[in-house]
Amino acid sequence: MKSAVIVFPGSNRERDMLYALEKTTGHKPLAIWHQETSLPEVDLIVLPGGFSFGDYLRTGAIAGLSPIMSAVKEKAAKGVRVLGVCNGFQILAETGLVPGILLRNTHLKFVCKEVKLEVASTASDFTSRYTKGQIIRCPVAHHDGNYFADEATLNQLEAEDRIAFRYTSDTNPNGSIRDIAGILNEKRNVLGMMPHPENLIEPAQGGTDGKGIFESVLEAIA
Amino acid sequence: MKARIKITLKNGVLDPQGKAIGNALHQLGFDSVGDVRQGKYIEIDLRETDKAKARAALDEMCKRVLANTVIENYDIELDGE
Repeated sequence: MKSAVIVFPGSNRERDMLYALEKTTGHKPLAIWHQETSLPEVDLIVLPGGFSFGDYLRTGAIAGLSPIMSAVKEKAAKGVRVLGVCNGFQILAETGLVPGILLRNTHLKFVCKEVKLEVASTASDFTSRYTKGQIIRCPVAHHDGNYFADEATLNQLEAEDRIAFRYTSDTNPNGSIRDIAGILNEKRNVLGMMPHPENLIEPAQGGTDGKGIFESVLEAIA
Repeated sequence: MKARIKITLKNGVLDPQGKAIGNALHQLGFDSVGDVRQGKYIEIDLRETDKAKARAALDEMCKRVLANTVIENYDIELDGE
């Protein structure tokens, strides 16, 4: 599997993602600097976590205007899979690749802990290896992870089975509306999620619950 | 000319920072304080003398980067207005 991780100034989880991709797919992923203007043929593009551009203006807003993002949008429109984790999700939301936005956590604190996620949809190349309703463990680490969208958008997301992951109601770490932790775009080839599946892919990290996302993509391209 | 742009959260969008500021004001004894909403204020120097053109450019800046219209409203004020 060929994959590429986009690196922005202020990204800090790109190494975790590069490691997880190599470990789960057996192939070395590419690291692409944000000032590049084109992307090679890949099966998966990842926007990693971090604090791109210091979260200035709004989280993900400046990164969303980086030269590489035009190429990412083009690839996404052609159906290439795009995964945005944490700051990557914030960038996807700012560029409109997924609907809604991530606001400051309701309790105003940076949250770094493990939560439980319900796999709400298995109908995607990112979640097919899980079972619907399965509860998995996953770490979160963010200050602005409070998902928000208007009622019409939320109802549409639910009606179209585009909520990939929800926090279990007792572990919602940030006040996200309807416990939303990860959502899919309309064509289901873009997934944005706040939790970090790349940090739970081998026993040395305490578990392998996050591996399913990478295995699902592997299965999809097989 | 100078432009002043006010960016505010739309009604119905939760504002945890505004709430925290409100709580702090209550703690200081400002009992009359009700709802508090926090926004942004941006000043921009523009090399443009035509007000209509300036306003059109600023409107585009707000839509494309300065505000996220999913959750924010913006208000543009130009020098001498």
